[in-house]
Amino acid sequence: MKTQDPYDNEKTRRKIEAMVEAEERYLAALRRERLESEATPLRITGRRTFLAAAAAAAGIGGLPRIAGAAAPPGAVERPVPADPTKVQGTPTNDDGGYGSRSQFESEARWRFGTPTKESSWTMTPLEHGMGIITPSGLHFERHHGGITTIDPSRHTLLVHGMVEQAKKYSMADIHRFPSISRTMFIECSGNGLTEWSKPTLKTVQGTHGLTSTSEWTGVPLALLLRESGIKPGAKWVLAEGADAAVMTRSIPLDKCLDDAFIAYGQNGEAIRPEQGYPIRLMLPGWEGNTHIKWLRRLEVSDVPYQTREETSKYTDLMANGIARQFTFVMEAKSVITFPSGEMKLPGPGFYEVTGIAWSGRGKITRLEVSADGGKTWADAHLQGPVLPICHTRFRFPWLWDGKPAVLQSRATDETGYVQPMLKQLTDVRGLNGPIGSIYHLNAVQSWAVAADGSVTNVHA
Amino acid sequence: MFTLRTAKWLGVSACAALLAAGCAATQRSGEVPQSAYAGGKLNLGTAPTTAEIAHYFSYPADGRGLPSGSGSYAQGEKVYQTKCLACHGDKLQGTPLGDRLIGGRGTLVNNSPAKAPVKTVESYWPYATSVFDYVKRAMPFNAPGSLSDDEAYAVVAYILGEANIVAKNEVINAGTLARVQMPNRNGFVSPDPRPDVP
Ligand code: HEC
Repeated sequence: MKTQDPYDNEKTRRKIEAMVEAEERYLAALRRERLESEATPLRITGRRTFLAAAAAAAGIGGLPRIAGAAAPPGAVERPVPADPTKVQGTPTNDDGGYGSRSQFESEARWRFGTPTKESSWTMTPLEHGMGIITPSGLHFERHHGGITTIDPSRHTLLVHGMVEQAKKYSMADIHRFPSISRTMFIECSGNGLTEWSKPTLKTVQGTHGLTSTSEWTGVPLALLLRESGIKPGAKWVLAEGADAAVMTRSIPLDKCLDDAFIAYGQNGEAIRPEQGYPIRLMLPGWEGNTHIKWLRRLEVSDVPYQTREETSKYTDLMANGIARQFTFVMEAKSVITFPSGEMKLPGPGFYEVTGIAWSGRGKITRLEVSADGGKTWADAHLQGPVLPICHTRFRFPWLWDGKPAVLQSRATDETGYVQPMLKQLTDVRGLNGPIGSIYHLNAVQSWAVAADGSVTNVHA
Repeated sequence: MFTLRTAKWLGVSACAALLAAGCAATQRSGEVPQSAYAGGKLNLGTAPTTAEIAHYFSYPADGRGLPSGSGSYAQGEKVYQTKCLACHGDKLQGTPLGDRLIGGRGTLVNNSPAKAPVKTVESYWPYATSVFDYVKRAMPFNAPGSLSDDEAYAVVAYILGEANIVAKNEVINAGTLARVQMPNRNGFVSPDPRPDVP
């Protein structure tokens, strides 16, 4: 009998390799698409044209398509007239009343190569992001038991436990509450887990794609809890989803009475199924896993429940063998999305460096960019709106002299917290295996620009 | 709907009511205008029946609320072989389809990127109640929530037996489960020490 490896090296290697392969498949599709489209004239105006032209050799900025599919996901393939001014266009409302994107746009989420498709995750293509809103269909996903399908007319939310009066709410009841809207990011605390010990994934979608921003609409949780009345001694609220994982997390009551809310809206329409339709718990600034999707139950308690997702997972193992538990807040972080991994700059000259910054503790107050691997820094422009706990777009004019450069961005939030370098994090937390303490990697990201203009993920 | 819309503009601060409920009442975001709501209840929703509430479960570490029933190592071995083995392996060593469940003690203290710690029920999980809760709610992966309470107790007895945490002749039930001392019981710290870098 083969003796088992005393460490989980094999399993971890497989896991990382699967992620690298998933990204590689996506990049290969991009390259194929590029070859196929080379004969046709540039079809997109503005920045995308530039990117497409700039990146032709490196093969990014193109349009990946599902093999054999007529149109990219979310688009409808239509004939392209030689001269659009000489024929009538598509009849009005022929799309059934719900629009689709252009057939020439096909950036997509890709799924990490986890063995099951039900416990898996997808990444937002940040490299093509504009402004601060993530299109609902590109919002990253993390599921532990697939995407459940719920009929809202049969869905209820139960509030019970240490309350004066247990309550049951239908969706109609929930819609009768006063509502709020809030534009905010959700980030999975596992975002960047492949990057702890060495640069591993190639694109910003791979290294940072587990963060997205939407405008969410719903009901402050404090209002729901007030309907029930909380008993003295209560400190925690267990939130439970109606999916196959019956996902549960214990949330401190203070957070529930502060800024937590229950969202039924996303970017102006009902929340998407993969984001928790019909309702999702929103905990501004806290790790994505706590934003329980398909929310069906809230149980008020004096103790946390020690669920699997707050013990076995979503705990941060330090080098000394002790794991941090209930590490909820997503600390300040930023990343340059242009230029980023796998892109290619056509030559020296002017570039507008851009990216996003965000903090779970409030507003971004400052964003610095370095082009020399952190030796010197200069302030970037924060593009409004600058909202608390929300992706914030930054822009930075850069004259590239054509010599090798290392681009970095560093965010500061309104608490004065400055985004750390990776070494600062590992000095304190250690590096317990190839993926370290897994969660909460918010270090400065470095992109190396080579003399030939190609951009790669590096640790600097 | 107009009554609710106007309720927002009644100008009576809800903070008093929220404070009574233990609310920090700080308006951190500036976007969640709790203070704009009128105090008092809106009397929405309905009262659930006891049976409706009893349909749900969650078992904290002190074991309160655990169901009746029980299971032994021997019974659990049968449950495991028919319902878990395919994904978690004949020796609980894990397969690409399911996590490794035992082993790994002594691998958690480590500061080498070349060595991946082995986090399992045996080496990492601080409470046995969490194992029962999780297996009952989410396993087997292909038929979640399908185990009877007896089966769930039994398969936990089997896993903990194979992990050398409880004796193989011990019966696991509502009384014994919460008393199980997991090896990594003291392996966790909270609250969160971050920010932990200057
Ligand atoms: C079809 C495959 C499959 C079967 C059958 C199955 N499991 Fe699992 N099990 C999984 C997967 C996949 C996960 C991880 C789920 C996730 O990612 O959230 C898991 C996770 C677990 C975990 C948590 C491990 C950890 O360290 O976090 C336990 C405990 C577990 N299973 C026990 C069981 C038991 C007991 C049975 C039999 C009653 C069983 N499983 C049957 C696939 C399976």
